[in-house]
Amino acid sequence: MNQPVVAASGITHSFGSGANRSTVLHDISLEVRAGEVLMLMGPSGSGKTTLLNIIGCLLQPTEGTVRLHGQAVHQLNIEKLAALRLQHFGFVFQSHNLFPVLTATENVMVALDLLGVKRSIAHERARELLALVGLGHRLDNYPAQLSIGQKQRVAIARALAADPPILMADEPTASLDSETGLKAIEFFRMLAHHQHRAVVIVTHDPRIFHFADRVVHIEDGRIGKHEIVTHEPASLTMGDA
Amino acid sequence: MSSVNSLGQLTEGVRRPTTAAHGQSGLTLLIAWRNLVHDRVRFAVTLVGIAFSTVLMGIQLGMLLNFMHTTSTIVDHANADLWIAVQGVRSVDLATPIEERRRFQALSVPGVAAAESMLLQFGSWKRNNGVRELVLNIGVEPFAEMGLVPDMVPDVDIHDALSVPNGVIIDRLYADKLGVHSLGQTVEINDHRARVVGFTNGIRTFTQAPYVFTTLKNARHFTNRSENDITYVLIRVKDGFSKEEVARELKRRMPDVDVLNTDEFSFKSRWYWLFTTGAGITLVSSSLLALMVGVVIVAQTLYASTLDRLPEYAVVRAMGGPSSYLYKIVIKQAIIGGVIGGVVGITIVLVLAYISRDSSSPPQVPFWLASSIGIVTILMCICASLVSLKKVMSIDPVKVFR
Ligand SMILES: Nc1ncnc2c1ncn2[C@@H]1O[C@H](COP(=O)(O)OP(=O)(O)O)[C@@H](O)[C@H]1O
Ligand SMILES: [Mg+2]
Repeated sequence: MNQPVVAASGITHSFGSGANRSTVLHDISLEVRAGEVLMLMGPSGSGKTTLLNIIGCLLQPTEGTVRLHGQAVHQLNIEKLAALRLQHFGFVFQSHNLFPVLTATENVMVALDLLGVKRSIAHERARELLALVGLGHRLDNYPAQLSIGQKQRVAIARALAADPPILMADEPTASLDSETGLKAIEFFRMLAHHQHRAVVIVTHDPRIFHFADRVVHIEDGRIGKHEIVTHEPASLTMGDA
Repeated sequence: MSSVNSLGQLTEGVRRPTTAAHGQSGLTLLIAWRNLVHDRVRFAVTLVGIAFSTVLMGIQLGMLLNFMHTTSTIVDHANADLWIAVQGVRSVDLATPIEERRRFQALSVPGVAAAESMLLQFGSWKRNNGVRELVLNIGVEPFAEMGLVPDMVPDVDIHDALSVPNGVIIDRLYADKLGVHSLGQTVEINDHRARVVGFTNGIRTFTQAPYVFTTLKNARHFTNRSENDITYVLIRVKDGFSKEEVARELKRRMPDVDVLNTDEFSFKSRWYWLFTTGAGITLVSSSLLALMVGVVIVAQTLYASTLDRLPEYAVVRAMGGPSSYLYKIVIKQAIIGGVIGGVVGITIVLVLAYISRDSSSPPQVPFWLASSIGIVTILMCICASLVSLKKVMSIDPVKVFR
């Protein structure tokens, strides 16, 4: 198997201090590899999101180390960590948080603007990405004019805009109907298998379980079952919803 | 529907720069603008607030400028190089008399081309209907070259006019106040007959007492002053002599009076009225108050708009955007508001100044003042964005994944 792109080891995380201190992750070690879909499954409150934040370099763990391509990131300050995310990660958030004042195209362009891509190039690329996720007919719509499924696809296009080697999604199917949800997951699978990206999906949705290459179960902040899933290949496109 | 391969081709299009040059494509400006216009009511409140404080500042400072100019009008228009006055004089309007022999003493000093006497004395002007107004009589030599300059009285020969017995010249601005309807009208000053023989244009007084120009002799007569009393000796320095040297020599020969050059005396008069009376302080402090009102309104609306955008700003941070990207949005939002509100406000100020140009105390808004107010308005908006910047600085990207 290839080298891990992200390797977390001995991760322990606590929130609060004194009497309010609660430890939500206990000694977790985990590797994320390019070309595979890793799912973090577990009940609500088990610490999945916290773990995703830590391996996504959004949060420094109380204990343990995170290595990105072999480099430890725990000594970096907030701005350095942000620069690292910009270079390596694409995020799809559960509440897509698109700028309501920007069109679909402009929302995707924000990700490219952060990288300093010229406006004309960014515009062109944003439109291509939106076409790719099946929103070629919604380019100039504002988020308020889009369905939840369409907003999520804008969010996916935005996450892909900077061509990140690692994609992370928190509960991507939670707000979608099953059909739309499955299409989104298939698309993530395609990105992992055909584009050799690392994809990490946090979910407690059992319907999408069999789209994973590897599933890590989290229970009360500890790693439970760790399984390799085998399955038939998924379709390679993301249709309209 | 699109195939995987097309994404593969797409991804080749973007190669990450090693040092990212964020926000080059003008998207922060677009976001700032859309944030502003998104909430029309809030935008309107912002603009009204900015324009309001700009108008207040402009009018107050314009009045201050006008006030400053009028307090020294007599000095600035006298065409003299040096002034001899009673020791310790503080303002041109407030000098007690000196003896006329000072003029002859001055004439004997080398470098003095001309020395003329001037008497300034308050008097009571009685209108035909019996109403009395306080006036400031200014008496000059019959053939004076200083004190009352010809371009102040465009339509008549002042020397001819003043040769009319008891002739006085007043400003058109105060004709109504002094109950004067036509040339040649007779009035009373301290119960002495006087005749209006000419009008000046736009010689304003900053006190309630209009200036009444007349001859030295008339002025003494109207105000019951002795033949020996004058207020100032106005001095013109000969070409080739330095004003400073002549002033020094005058001072040496007459140590018990003040010798001031025109700039000094002008400044002194302005300073006195602006800062030792409450007048200037009032105008300056109400401008500052207007500025503060502006800061508060802009800070409020900008903060509300920033709070609305917090989830999206947190996403930008989570995606790896630097905080400076968000600062740019907030500051641009403040500057756009400042520019639009400022332009509206300054336009209103200029229109008001134009409309009131013939009143007795019109705000003076020259280009430098208008542009300074514009800059102050924009700085005010940037200041007002500090609270929002502080909020943006504290955004925790982790919050968006919860
Ligand atoms: N910022 C925080 N401050 C305090 N407690 C937190 C914070 N974030 C998460 N938690 C707590 O940590 C636990 C795990 O939360 P989370 O990682 O969001 O779980 P999951 O995503 O599996 O539902 C929960 O009990 C939650 O209340
Ligand atoms: Mg969660």
